[in-house]
Amino acid sequence: MIGDDFYSSPPARALAARGRTGNVCGYGDYAQDSPPAEIVRADAASRTAVLSELRAGPGNPTERKRASLYDDNAWAVSEGQRWFQAFNCNGCHANGGGCIGPALMDDVWIYGFEPENIRATIIEGRPNGMPSFRGRVTEQQAWEFVAYVRSLGGLLRKDVEPGRSDSTNARLAPQSLQKPRQSE
Amino acid sequence: MSEKLNSALDTAGPQAGRIEDLWWLLFGFCAVVFVAVMAVLVAALVRRRTPDESMEPTYAGQRTALRYVGAGVLATGAILLGFLIASVTTDRGLDEIETGGARVLTITGRQWWWEIRYEDARPDRVVVTANEIHVPVGQPVLLRLRASDVIHSFWVPSLAGKRDLIPGRDTGLWIQANRPGTFQGQCAEFCGYQHAHMRFLVIAQPPAEFDAWLEGQRASAPEPATDEERRGREVFLAGSCVMCHTIRGTAAGSIVGPDLTHLASRQTIAAGARPNTRDHLAAWVADPQRTKPGARMPVPELPPADLQALVTYLRSLR
Amino acid sequence: MKLSPEVKAALHEPATDTEAALLERTWARPRGLAGWLASTDHKEIGRRFVVTAFAFFLLGGVLAALMRLQLSRPELGLLDPDLYNQVFSMHGATMMFLFAVPVMEAMGVYLVPLMIGTRNLAFPRLAAFGYYIYLFGGVMIYVAFAFDTGIETGWFSNVPLAGPEFSPGKRTDFYAQLITFTALSAMVEAVNLIVTILKLRAPGMTLNRMPLFVWAMLVTSFMIVFAMPTVATGSAMLMLDRLVSTQFFNPAEGGDALLWQHLFWFFGHPEVYIIFLPATGMVSAMLVPFTRRAIVGYTPVVLALIATAFAGFGLWVHHMFAAGLPKLGQSFFTAASMLIAIPSGTQIFCWLATLWMGRLRFTTPLLFVLGFLFTFVMGGLTGVMLAAVPFNLQVHDTYFVVAHFHYVLIGGAIFPLFGAFYYWFPKTYGRMLSERLGRWNFALMFAGFQLTFFPMHILGLHGMPRRVYTYPAETGWGGLSLLASIGAGVLGLSVLLFLINVLLALRRPRENPANPWHADGLEWSTTSPPPACNYADLPVVRGRYALWTKGEPTVVTGLRRDRMFVLVTHVLDAQPDHKREMPAPSLWPLLAALATTALFIATIFTPWGVVWGLIPVFVTLVGWFWPKQDES
Repeated sequence: MIGDDFYSSPPARALAARGRTGNVCGYGDYAQDSPPAEIVRADAASRTAVLSELRAGPGNPTERKRASLYDDNAWAVSEGQRWFQAFNCNGCHANGGGCIGPALMDDVWIYGFEPENIRATIIEGRPNGMPSFRGRVTEQQAWEFVAYVRSLGGLLRKDVEPGRSDSTNARLAPQSLQKPRQSE
Repeated sequence: MSEKLNSALDTAGPQAGRIEDLWWLLFGFCAVVFVAVMAVLVAALVRRRTPDESMEPTYAGQRTALRYVGAGVLATGAILLGFLIASVTTDRGLDEIETGGARVLTITGRQWWWEIRYEDARPDRVVVTANEIHVPVGQPVLLRLRASDVIHSFWVPSLAGKRDLIPGRDTGLWIQANRPGTFQGQCAEFCGYQHAHMRFLVIAQPPAEFDAWLEGQRASAPEPATDEERRGREVFLAGSCVMCHTIRGTAAGSIVGPDLTHLASRQTIAAGARPNTRDHLAAWVADPQRTKPGARMPVPELPPADLQALVTYLRSLR
Repeated sequence: MKLSPEVKAALHEPATDTEAALLERTWARPRGLAGWLASTDHKEIGRRFVVTAFAFFLLGGVLAALMRLQLSRPELGLLDPDLYNQVFSMHGATMMFLFAVPVMEAMGVYLVPLMIGTRNLAFPRLAAFGYYIYLFGGVMIYVAFAFDTGIETGWFSNVPLAGPEFSPGKRTDFYAQLITFTALSAMVEAVNLIVTILKLRAPGMTLNRMPLFVWAMLVTSFMIVFAMPTVATGSAMLMLDRLVSTQFFNPAEGGDALLWQHLFWFFGHPEVYIIFLPATGMVSAMLVPFTRRAIVGYTPVVLALIATAFAGFGLWVHHMFAAGLPKLGQSFFTAASMLIAIPSGTQIFCWLATLWMGRLRFTTPLLFVLGFLFTFVMGGLTGVMLAAVPFNLQVHDTYFVVAHFHYVLIGGAIFPLFGAFYYWFPKTYGRMLSERLGRWNFALMFAGFQLTFFPMHILGLHGMPRRVYTYPAETGWGGLSLLASIGAGVLGLSVLLFLINVLLALRRPRENPANPWHADGLEWSTTSPPPACNYADLPVVRGRYALWTKGEPTVVTGLRRDRMFVLVTHVLDAQPDHKREMPAPSLWPLLAALATTALFIATIFTPWGVVWGLIPVFVTLVGWFWPKQDES
């Protein structure tokens, strides 16, 4: 539970704390006089790349643990919640309650409730209205979305679930949720 | 203009000036009181006494001593009354500012940057910028302060005292700069990870210069002039940047992050975290979490060439 | 109840050895670990309380050192913001909730029964319960911190930042429960002290003969009883907002973000006086023996204590001037904040007069008192400045305020407390602390303190806000920050010296001086350390300075020695009223504290914690209060 370190810090810090000090290769050392110059040089030599850790894709079964970077991270879930409002996902999914789009806070998952299923829904889009966000959201954001959407369905640990937001809201208590099921 | 004032004791406006006067008054009296009390203490310690090793307690002298205590309490009361009057008078004075035709700005505190709107009766003349407030010298400006997430506090020590920005409660503050200069400001109420890097600048300019600046800010973003800049704009509009930022004159119109229409005209990036140079901008875009850990901007994961083009384009937004 | 015939003040008839041994057997707790855990002896609880609080003081000090390291240079990367925020929040919460208030109560728990000449606190088991609740709360928050779940929103934790949306995870829930723990512990100890002071005083110790430290503890305890419920309410509301989505602090749903600040500071400002008033009591207690004279102005000092307590509840809004409240209200709170300087000034003038009229003995405790006077007067004066709204608007939430409250809290409470450690250490442990090391301890602490905190005034005036994990070099704050960091090192050294002094003293054989300072207080009439029953014969008090009163000492006789009897006296004049049997040592308080802890921690994770957690609490309370068969 609380034993999982860094579960309420930004994912980047969780990575840093696990010994991966920079998200971007070739950045140089924070303590250097001019780290930015370093990155520009590295960039010109095509040496920059975002560390794959931050992508946190759980699609690969061997990377199962990687999912915890977002799914078990309260900060990431709350960022997902923030994006959810900022990108107007509310417009169709009404704070998870459903309106134009399907409800996200019930136990029906048309396209599956595994993280990779939800990521695919966001990135590829789905028929009948769900647009594709390919290129519009970064990998980091996509996984934060996934974590938040899963929290709406009561699929995450209790202690990383987001509380209510400070806007007007009508969210059902997660205690009322049944076990998730996939619709046939 | 290289010097950036950041001190309640080096003031450039009537608000901060009055408070500075009050400070010197309070400081003067308090210093005298402190020295007097310490003098009595030292005198009590070194006072010549008949040597006496006996442990026999004394009880005498209460009455006389209490008279001095009473006098001390009365003097304290008198000084405090004076302070109270000075304080209330100064407080009233802070409201006495010529407000006719004053410009109105709406400042919105965000985690962790400042959105700045120059209000205008005509909506198309409203200017939105971030983290850098330009004001005309000698003219009062009304700041309407609101918070979009948590409580922040707006503070420019050289111009005025601070005022909290509270969600659900709009507050206001008058500021006026009496001379041209650049003044540092910052958030003064703890607001999370990057409270330290929630800074801004107030730049006081002669009215003509200010008007010219404002007119420049009203314009849409300049068209890209080179292929590299065009490619940069493409990267911006086709990627994830557009989901949060506005560049007026393009399709980008989102209000989650700061308005970037005239990004290159500002002195700092990331709310005063770094100077606005090409290197710092590139580092910031490539990995915001490194420059400002916890910042709300995700890592955009751009290929190197795209990053360079994007930075070139952003640098052209004067 | 009628005055029982055997309780009467009689002329001095000292208890014989066998009688004393019988008393000691009656009051001693069972041996072994179980007996140790079951102890209800106020001296044992008080000692553990002080040692625990001091351990938290050291932890808080280490956190402070980390902050000073990080801030010693601009843009230093020793602590990232996430960790720094936890460090400064834990420092504040530790010092306020786990050190300052508890240590003052702990001193009261230890000293008050000795000073008023009784055998134990009025509710001995409650005292044990309060201690265990405090201990478990403190351990909880540090275990959480070790798992990166420390407090991150400051010891004040303003909403909405501390609310559900902006503090994801469980960090802030642990904070809210820490408040519940400490508020509960403080309230039970306060009730305990109030009843003890009002009902268990030795015959003859009328209210106007009561030692000033006891007066200070009485007033403080009343303040705790009025202040703690508001913050406990606030923390409960915060928990509800976070756990079951209530809307107390959400403006969008009709809540109010400022409500939290009102609730918090209505407690938070009296809290400062809850820390400061016992320290003034210590100063008054130490001045008397080291000036070898009666305190000048006993009555004004008592009245000042009471006035401070009342006024202390009327000035919380000066923590919120920048929030833009109505002008008239602000002027009222300015006046109230300035007003409180009058009772504080009264006390200071009385102490100055006592020093002036007295024949001084420059011992370590007196040095700490002098350090207190210098530092506290300066902190008090900056406090008066802060009461002025316009000036407050400039320096609120800056390092000026950091300097101010460290001057009043370290100057006003830590200096007297260290003096008190030196003063009462021989009573508790039967050995003197080294005076030579004590002088060095004082000198280093005084110099280190001024070096650390004086520059912060200037930093604040030059625009440095509080709670920043770093600052840009162009602000020009680097030099003074470095100076403050160096001072913090000296301050740390002085605390280390104190620890060495204590360890060296504990290695020496006991000297057992009953009254090494030739002091006046009743506590110095019993042996050092005192026996389990405190006094072989309950004393009768005939004057304000009990041991200095001329004439043959008088004691109470006739109380049975084979039962745990104490004498209950009248509130005002301390006439003997009846005898009361004290409850025996028991493990139930510990079990009840464990059950309560389980309830509190469970509610961090689920609201059902309240429902299921109440069952063990109920069971342990039934066990606690199960009536005992009367053996007679």
